[in-house]
Amino acid sequence: MKTTSFWKEFTKGIVISNPLFVLVLGLCPALAVSTSVDNALGMSIGVTFVLLGSNIIISAIRKIIPNMVRIPIFIVIIATFVTIVNLVFHAYVPSLYESLGIYLPLIVVNCIILGRAEAFASKNPLLHSIADALGISIGFMLALLIISFLRETLGTGSLSIFGARLFTLPILGEHPMAIFVLPPGAFLLMGLLLALLRRLGVIKSE
Amino acid sequence: MALLNNFILAKFLGLCPFFGVSKKLSNALSMGVAVTLVMFIATVATWFINHYILIPFDVQYMSIVIYILVIASLVQIVEMAIKRTNLTLYNALGIYLPLITTNCAVLGITLINATEAYSLLESVVCSLGGGIGFTLVLIIMSGIRERLELADSPVSMKGLPVALLTAMLLGLTFFGFGGMI
Repeated sequence: MKTTSFWKEFTKGIVISNPLFVLVLGLCPALAVSTSVDNALGMSIGVTFVLLGSNIIISAIRKIIPNMVRIPIFIVIIATFVTIVNLVFHAYVPSLYESLGIYLPLIVVNCIILGRAEAFASKNPLLHSIADALGISIGFMLALLIISFLRETLGTGSLSIFGARLFTLPILGEHPMAIFVLPPGAFLLMGLLLALLRRLGVIKSE
Repeated sequence: MALLNNFILAKFLGLCPFFGVSKKLSNALSMGVAVTLVMFIATVATWFINHYILIPFDVQYMSIVIYILVIASLVQIVEMAIKRTNLTLYNALGIYLPLITTNCAVLGITLINATEAYSLLESVVCSLGGGIGFTLVLIIMSGIRERLELADSPVSMKGLPVALLTAMLLGLTFFGFGGMI
């Protein structure tokens, strides 16, 4: 009984309520850092850590948070975890820290995290909140990887992960479609992906 | 800043209100004005905090927590001040003010000012330019979306996807300013 509901909360975040494609939350960091797969991975790891940490803490102390001031409390808890991520990235992966720039601290105002805190962690027991955080994070990571994979391969004609070049496309390698690494390309790709997923019936149309 | 490095189209800041509030022209204008106002006040406040508290005591690693608290309380104060002094403005901005706390554009501008080590004047100009650019794009977008509602688009493209494609075209257009300035 308990394991099935754990599993349900976990899988829910990956497809049925995927944060990027279905709920369309946290669009700002997602589109900004998806220029390369490296950045997307770094961003998803940061978001996973913050979401997991804040969901655990908020769920654990949910009974003693006064209802009136709950939002400021959530924000302070989230900001603390973001500070930790920020310092750790700065110390151990400085190149990633540089390329993520201000979008790393901006995880604080990522709607996904505050949204989960308000809608889920503040109402549900600890174990379910952990499952929820993990599911949502993996859904976010998958979506971000799809977007960044398409943007990097189409935009630069090749794919490299952590400096190691994996492959180069024959024609695109010489004449890459640079628009996809520029900001408008992100809007274009996101719009087409959303439309495609709706057409295939993966997510509901309006 | 307002045109070339537009916050929405080039830096992806404040996308949530951009797609959420850009369905009606009048709402877009109110939201834009409110964001610009809060961005301006937050810039001035965080500049003083950064230079007179965080840097002298060498606690800049606390900046994220401090900034978000300052912005949250500022939004509250601005809301109360507008409610007391100008009730019509309050009714117009009303529900949008609390939302600004979680708008990345506001936290973004304060972080940009801190990392670029701008002087007070530069920070203020940067925040005003960013705010005006934000308002401009929000108004253009809402004008287009009001018409899109009536257009006959494919079912799977309705709503958000077509809005994203519109944003792409707007972004390309704004890139054109790069050659002029």
